[in-house]
Amino acid sequence: MLRVSRLSKSFGGLRAVDDVSLEVAEGRIVALIGPNGAGKTTLFAMISGFLRPDAGTVVFRGTDITGMARHRICELGLVRTFQLVQPFVGLTVRENIAIGAHVRLARRRDALAKAAEVAERVRLTRQLDEPAARLTVAGRKRLELARALATQPKLLLLDEVMAGLTPTETEEVVQIIRAIRASGVTVLLIEHVMQAVMRLSEHICVLSDGRIIAEGRPAEIAAHPRVIEAYLGHGAAARMVASATTGSGDGH
Amino acid sequence: MRRTVAVGVVALGLALAVPLVVRSGFWLHLLTLMLFFGYLGGSWNILGGYAGQFSFGHAAFFGTGAYVTAILQLNLGLNPWVAMLFAVTGGALVGLVIGFLSFRYGLRGSYFALITLAFSEVLRVLATTAKITNGGQGLVVPLRAGLGNFQFPSKAGYYYVALTLTVISLAVAWGIEHSRFGARLMAVRENEEAAEALGVNAFGHKLAAITIAGMMAGAGGTFYVQMFYYIDPRIAYGPAISVESLLVSIIGGMGTVFGPFLGSVVLHLVGDLTRQGLTDAPGMSLVLYGVLLILILRYLPNGLIGGARSLAARVGLRAGGAASAG
Amino acid sequence: MLELTILAPALINGAMTGAVYALIALGLTLVFGVLHIINFAHGSLLMVAMYGVFFLNLYLGIDPYLAIPVMTAGMFALGFGLQRSVISKASHGRDEMILLVTLGISLIIENLSLYLWSADTRNLQLSYGFAVVNLGVALVSRTRVIAFIAAIVLCAMLWLLIGRTDLGKAIRAVAKEKQGARVVGIDVDHIYAMSFGIGVACLGAAACLLLPIYYVNPQVGNVFVLVAFTIVVLGGMGSFVGAFVGGIIIGIAESMGGLFLGESLGQIGIFLIFIGILLFRPTGLFGART
Repeated sequence: MLRVSRLSKSFGGLRAVDDVSLEVAEGRIVALIGPNGAGKTTLFAMISGFLRPDAGTVVFRGTDITGMARHRICELGLVRTFQLVQPFVGLTVRENIAIGAHVRLARRRDALAKAAEVAERVRLTRQLDEPAARLTVAGRKRLELARALATQPKLLLLDEVMAGLTPTETEEVVQIIRAIRASGVTVLLIEHVMQAVMRLSEHICVLSDGRIIAEGRPAEIAAHPRVIEAYLGHGAAARMVASATTGSGDGH
Repeated sequence: MRRTVAVGVVALGLALAVPLVVRSGFWLHLLTLMLFFGYLGGSWNILGGYAGQFSFGHAAFFGTGAYVTAILQLNLGLNPWVAMLFAVTGGALVGLVIGFLSFRYGLRGSYFALITLAFSEVLRVLATTAKITNGGQGLVVPLRAGLGNFQFPSKAGYYYVALTLTVISLAVAWGIEHSRFGARLMAVRENEEAAEALGVNAFGHKLAAITIAGMMAGAGGTFYVQMFYYIDPRIAYGPAISVESLLVSIIGGMGTVFGPFLGSVVLHLVGDLTRQGLTDAPGMSLVLYGVLLILILRYLPNGLIGGARSLAARVGLRAGGAASAG
Repeated sequence: MLELTILAPALINGAMTGAVYALIALGLTLVFGVLHIINFAHGSLLMVAMYGVFFLNLYLGIDPYLAIPVMTAGMFALGFGLQRSVISKASHGRDEMILLVTLGISLIIENLSLYLWSADTRNLQLSYGFAVVNLGVALVSRTRVIAFIAAIVLCAMLWLLIGRTDLGKAIRAVAKEKQGARVVGIDVDHIYAMSFGIGVACLGAAACLLLPIYYVNPQVGNVFVLVAFTIVVLGGMGSFVGAFVGGIIIGIAESMGGLFLGESLGQIGIFLIFIGILLFRPTGLFGART
């Protein structure tokens, strides 16, 4: 589905993304995790055409999309959401989602109908005819998701779609994403909410300081010493092992 | 939907009958101007209201249309109706050039507004110095009344043309509001990046909007020349047309079908009442326009139409009891 | 090729006028740097200030240069009041709205002036109006020399105000990080009004320097608006040094343009510079990237 090869991007002297390669197989849910500033959103931006890479290529379903125009990439079936949600504030929820639908549907009536259908899937039906400005944070995140879904993508890039949500809201989103995958869409997501990531994804890539430091199944990643160090600092892995063997008696 | 069509047909019928009832040349002239500036505002609205790119130099398209019409008539003896086709093309070309440069280099918001003003001024100075436009003295179109020559001895003729233009502009606006193109255009207005992430070619859509606006304004230039028989650099490319085009749209309601038309009616009524009731001295009506603009921006940012809609919504809510809690 | 006797005066006159342009542009760039708004009414406010100087001279016999303190204070009050009572309220904080609000203000001011004082062009009749100073390579009118020196002095004073005083520090803080400034207790709305007031006060001073050289009618604002904007974008939005250097450059460019292309076509040069910078180098010479 997606093959990223040796992608790099520097801003001034800072190497935000350094020689990153990863693959996302069709039908999988893959997560991209890593501490803040690791370069995850920059990577997303390069994959979806919002940033031009300094080096490397992005191949999507056999087509080289490196540096391609953003709207064309979306037409090809790769669509992204934004970390800072960007609703079309002056339009209603329905009209918002319809914009996504219009990628495949030319007639206004069809797009509006599709919008209602997608709203159902993300549980926004009640707010369909309300101005997008009136949605709560959780609502806006779901709107962001709905708009992307309406484009009928093959690959969905979700950027921290669960940030700022309560546990209940997070659980809802997990269900929705599972349902999305069941409908045949591949998902690559950036996430910080670890419980959700562990439960949801089949494959995890860990990014730190612009480089992939680990890849594998959730269980492997959770115990991976370099991953622990990336999040908790140098030597943390060793400390954890040490405290586990001496035993704090907490039954942890 | 059917009710709207019925209301529209009735309104059109009434509008068509007006010259039969209204005999006063003065009032017909006023109505014609109301319709014309509603049309011109409507053309600004395509770029400003729907695409969200505020232009301060709308006169660039208008003036080009006007000069093309006058020059082709005077120098080549072309029929003004035919010249109008060239005027429309001229307006489109100016729109394409200004749009291509501005959007290609990512100008938005206030920067875009200022650069359109600068382009307009450049054209004004060029028109003042060029020989083909007869410089500051302007061009006079020879008098030759007749429908075939796009000149009418009575005000009624111009009224009907203005009415036709108005219907066209309403239709264009309506078409935009109900099409994929329009939906995408408005998405670009709301948030260009998000729109592009959803498959919208923002550059292409903005360029299309400015070209349409240019075409319509170009035709407006033709109408003006045929009605007033005269054009000069100040009228063609000066601030008056640019300001009035945006005023009627903002006051009436940007991004709505009837906004520019309503705005034009209100502004002309205010202007006329001022002239009759207050003072004949130049400037006062424009002062009131400025006051009106600020009042609208402060209290009714969505224009008069937007204000009417909120009012209707609030009245509807109260009548319907506790509706959606939001 | 043109001889020095023609080039030199054009250059010098241009630079001198440029210093006054710089003063006008400084006010504009200050307002932009702090409030991040483009004040479309800048030109018409200058025009009003010039009428102020004119009437002070006509009815009270006050010499325009001596009127500088009064005009500066008066225009400050006007600017402060406008920002506090009209602009901040009507614009709801949105960039395009502010441009429209200031457009509305300029419409009102310009046409009120037209209504009150008619379209006639007015001139100051000064006893020293035609005096010249001999600079060797050129003869320059005394009014221009005074304007040049005064403009430089005023620019320096403004620089000190922004750079050395507490008020200036607060202004710079708000310009850089509005929320942060609020957090440390700065009254941002007050600073906005102060900045706008100072920006407009510059116009009061500039008017005193310009009227002896120029003339006034309700339309002069339009002439200066685009020139001021060109200087500001050339120098870089928000940059003081840029506004000053830009002013001199544009003054010279205008003078040279008038020399080689004639009055009208020379004006195009300014507009083309404006367009060119906006398209190809929007940050200008010294501006910060937003």
